[in-house]
Amino acid sequence: MTTKKSNKKLVVKSTTENLSLVRDFVKETTSAAGLSEVDVRKVTLAVDEACTNIIKHAYKYSPNGNITIHITVDNEKISVKIVDDGGHFNPNLVPEPDLLKLQKERKGGGLGMFLMKKLMDSVTYTNLTGNRNQVVLVKFRS
Amino acid sequence: MADFNVSTREVGSIKIIDLKGYLDAHTAPDLEREFNKLIDSHNYKVVVNFDELKYISSAGLGVFMAYVETMRENSGDIKFSNMQNDVFNIFDLLGFPVLYEFFKDETEAVNKFNQTERS
Repeated sequence: MTTKKSNKKLVVKSTTENLSLVRDFVKETTSAAGLSEVDVRKVTLAVDEACTNIIKHAYKYSPNGNITIHITVDNEKISVKIVDDGGHFNPNLVPEPDLLKLQKERKGGGLGMFLMKKLMDSVTYTNLTGNRNQVVLVKFRS
Repeated sequence: MADFNVSTREVGSIKIIDLKGYLDAHTAPDLEREFNKLIDSHNYKVVVNFDELKYISSAGLGVFMAYVETMRENSGDIKFSNMQNDVFNIFDLLGFPVLYEFFKDETEAVNKFNQTERS
């Protein structure tokens, strides 16, 4: 079996305008790693959701924060580490979305984290030193 | 920058929103503006045609959740048509098919509104 190992990094400012840049980076890196088209789409959307959450909740739409995306590929899995310094965050406080309730309350948010968990094999949040947060998204090769 | 376009046209008394390109947190406000315009002009029966939509994130799905209740309270609805499989899969993962109607093509969705009007 051919070894397809790689290690790529992208740093972007915390604006929604940069989401397309992030998606292109993830798509190119995971496609080059030989991930299936379906899995490329899943990882790309999960990273979009993670970055959207950072822009919205960690940086509260302030455009000057940094988002660092680090993709590591090996024979077993694709691992995407995303770091921000927008203040600590407790993912356990985010409730499972109740679609009907959100709809009745005319709320459009609260779906991102749930979707990330559905798309990836694992989603792990860690509070780092300083104000930094890290989320690691893992997809095993099928 | 994400390539996205939203436009609205009419089929009888039904408004059709055509979506094109990439609907994410950056472009979702354009779709919100379109829904606000429809509500301001008291148009509550809406079919969203996804034929040319290539990508959707939860920010895009959230727009429908935020507006559908207002449409239904005013005897209208938001119905979906012409969705590509990749896009439908995201709606499906989040459980939307239980709460929304999806149609293979726009005419079926428009007819559903017209049938409801007659009954």
